[in-house]
Amino acid sequence: MQRDHKPKLAVWKFASCDGCQLSILDCEDELLAVAGEVDIAYFPEATRAVARGPYDVSLVEGSITTEHDAERIHQIRKQSKFLVTIGACATSGGIQALRNFRDVDQLVKAVYATPGYIDTLDKSTPIADHVFVDFQLRGCPVNKYQLVEVLSAYLNGRKPNTPSYSVCVECKQRGTTCVMVAQGTPCMGPVTHAGCNALCPAYNRGCFGCFGPMETPNTAALSAWWQKLGMNAPDIVRAFRTFNAYADAFRKESEVYEHPHHQG
Amino acid sequence: MALQSFFRDSPPLVLEQQHFQALLDALRARGYRLIGPTVQDDAVVYDDVESVDDFPTGWMDTQSGGTYRLESGGGETLFGYTASPQSWKRYLHPPVLELWKALRTNGTYRVASADPPPRLAFIGVRPCELHAIAIQDKVFLHSEFVDPHYQARRDNVFIVAVNCGQAGGTCFCVSMNTGPKAAAGFDLALTEVVDGDLHYFLVEVGSERGADVMRDLPHRPAGEGEIEAADAILTNTAASMGRELDTNGLKELLYRSYESPRWDEVAARCLTCGNCTQVCPTCFCTTIEDVTDLTGSEATRVRKWDSCFTMDFSYIHGGSIRYSAKSRYRQWMTHKLATWVDQFGSFGCVGCGRCITWCPVGIDITEEAQAIRDGSGAAK
Ligand code: SF4
Ligand code: SF4
Ligand code: SF4
Ligand code: SF4
Repeated sequence: MQRDHKPKLAVWKFASCDGCQLSILDCEDELLAVAGEVDIAYFPEATRAVARGPYDVSLVEGSITTEHDAERIHQIRKQSKFLVTIGACATSGGIQALRNFRDVDQLVKAVYATPGYIDTLDKSTPIADHVFVDFQLRGCPVNKYQLVEVLSAYLNGRKPNTPSYSVCVECKQRGTTCVMVAQGTPCMGPVTHAGCNALCPAYNRGCFGCFGPMETPNTAALSAWWQKLGMNAPDIVRAFRTFNAYADAFRKESEVYEHPHHQG
Repeated sequence: MALQSFFRDSPPLVLEQQHFQALLDALRARGYRLIGPTVQDDAVVYDDVESVDDFPTGWMDTQSGGTYRLESGGGETLFGYTASPQSWKRYLHPPVLELWKALRTNGTYRVASADPPPRLAFIGVRPCELHAIAIQDKVFLHSEFVDPHYQARRDNVFIVAVNCGQAGGTCFCVSMNTGPKAAAGFDLALTEVVDGDLHYFLVEVGSERGADVMRDLPHRPAGEGEIEAADAILTNTAASMGRELDTNGLKELLYRSYESPRWDEVAARCLTCGNCTQVCPTCFCTTIEDVTDLTGSEATRVRKWDSCFTMDFSYIHGGSIRYSAKSRYRQWMTHKLATWVDQFGSFGCVGCGRCITWCPVGIDITEEAQAIRDGSGAAK
């Protein structure tokens, strides 16, 4: 495609496992095409070369867990024309947001030999709690086809196809037999955002909710049904408290079952 | 037309079970890819079949709201299961379909056309499913615009219907007048009879193509007793429906009930997951995705099943019109059982029960309709 200049792409890391960045490197077939269409100006996981900002596109992985990071994300926002958060950490706080439900000081004392070295915020929070985000890509990790889709859409000036309906829609399109109906296996699919092409049900597992809440999640109705399938309150809390534990809908549902006397 | 009535008047034939494989072979010899029932992941699904060994011999299912369980009863019956997780819609109206692709070269572009669809033979189409296919024919072929993708698939299909020897736990074809016996829309229709040492199919021929296939197979005219045995099975099936839907004045009832409190009640349970529309053999809605590659030299237009339970479905400038679960459930049910009648001249429901069984929380369209009926008299 004819362009005046190649857009400059930067990839930033905050508190995360690097899995989403690895998804970029995992786009083997498309990686050369990506490198051909954009200038990879900053991507420490892949290259040591660093080009100064401003950047046309910034992909941000990870959540905000320290004062320093809370500052840094503002610097990045200032240098980025189009900022995309990638993955559950960046979009909802990640698995590390489990600490948001506990007293951080106590956790630090219990885990680290020298707690004095640990300087951390009380909560792990998504990027959008700190700066304006242009586009959020869900998943733990992100789906590489969706990642390429977001970049293709950006480069071609169109809207990316990343539907926010349930995983069930993808599950049925794929032709998988529902594991919840046919086997009684609890599945997060009905309340979870599509994007993985219903991977787990296709391998006979219930959905784990990696992509976070779908557009209109009715978590209460799903929990009520799970109880009929024999799930108890602690199991329900655990189901909602994984990679997207701090996403609003999942957090609220887990809190209902954490204090069972609140149940109706 | 003359041919059809000739076959409708022709007396039923008998195909012994040991010659069932010959039927499959005869179809394959005519260039058909065979799609039939087979056990996969704890369910009887419709997929590629080669031989009689691929069929679900002895398998039976139990179905209720949100629950499906498959068990081997150890019998000899090939068609002892009831409605499968998904219908033949997958093959006639595929869930994901590439419509066309544009390729850019040297400042110009050309359009690449999709491969022609395969010639399929469906084996084991249930009577309610024949009605569902007829309804989709109306939507895609017999309205103002003909859908060429559906037509290309539909024109080639050979249909072996199988009448229902048992009713499923969520079936209500009797209420919808769609079963349990096939009346039209097939090339061949079988009724499976297993009685002691006897195991045969009573065959009705529905088309010249069907007659042509039968000529290749060992068969004989059915005797009086054999016809009666098959009839008795279907009478028993009709008497054991798992569900019932009172269709009396149903359209008017729903048109009167836009403000029924029942919509709030069902919305509290509904996950807006869309499973019901996906499994429904008559739901036809789709969305379009345009996909480009990174370099902008390739653009593909893809059609995917959509559902009136998604927010995008009713998105117009500024937002979704049906943002509440209540309005979305009401859209689905009112379309199936009321507006469809004005739009296409029949209900959009054939009573297959799939939306009940495969709703992850067991929401039951017959129960909801009854609740609205009960409430409509009681409330002001
Ligand atoms: S297996 Fe899970 S994702 Fe798939 S349809 Fe069932 S509930 Fe939905
Ligand atoms: S509405 Fe339900 S019962 Fe009726 S045809 Fe559709 S899936 Fe079957
Ligand atoms: S019920 Fe919904 S998905 Fe089905 S045909 Fe009607 S509008 Fe489309
Ligand atoms: S009725 Fe059932 S299957 Fe349909 S959207 Fe609601 S929860 Fe999903």
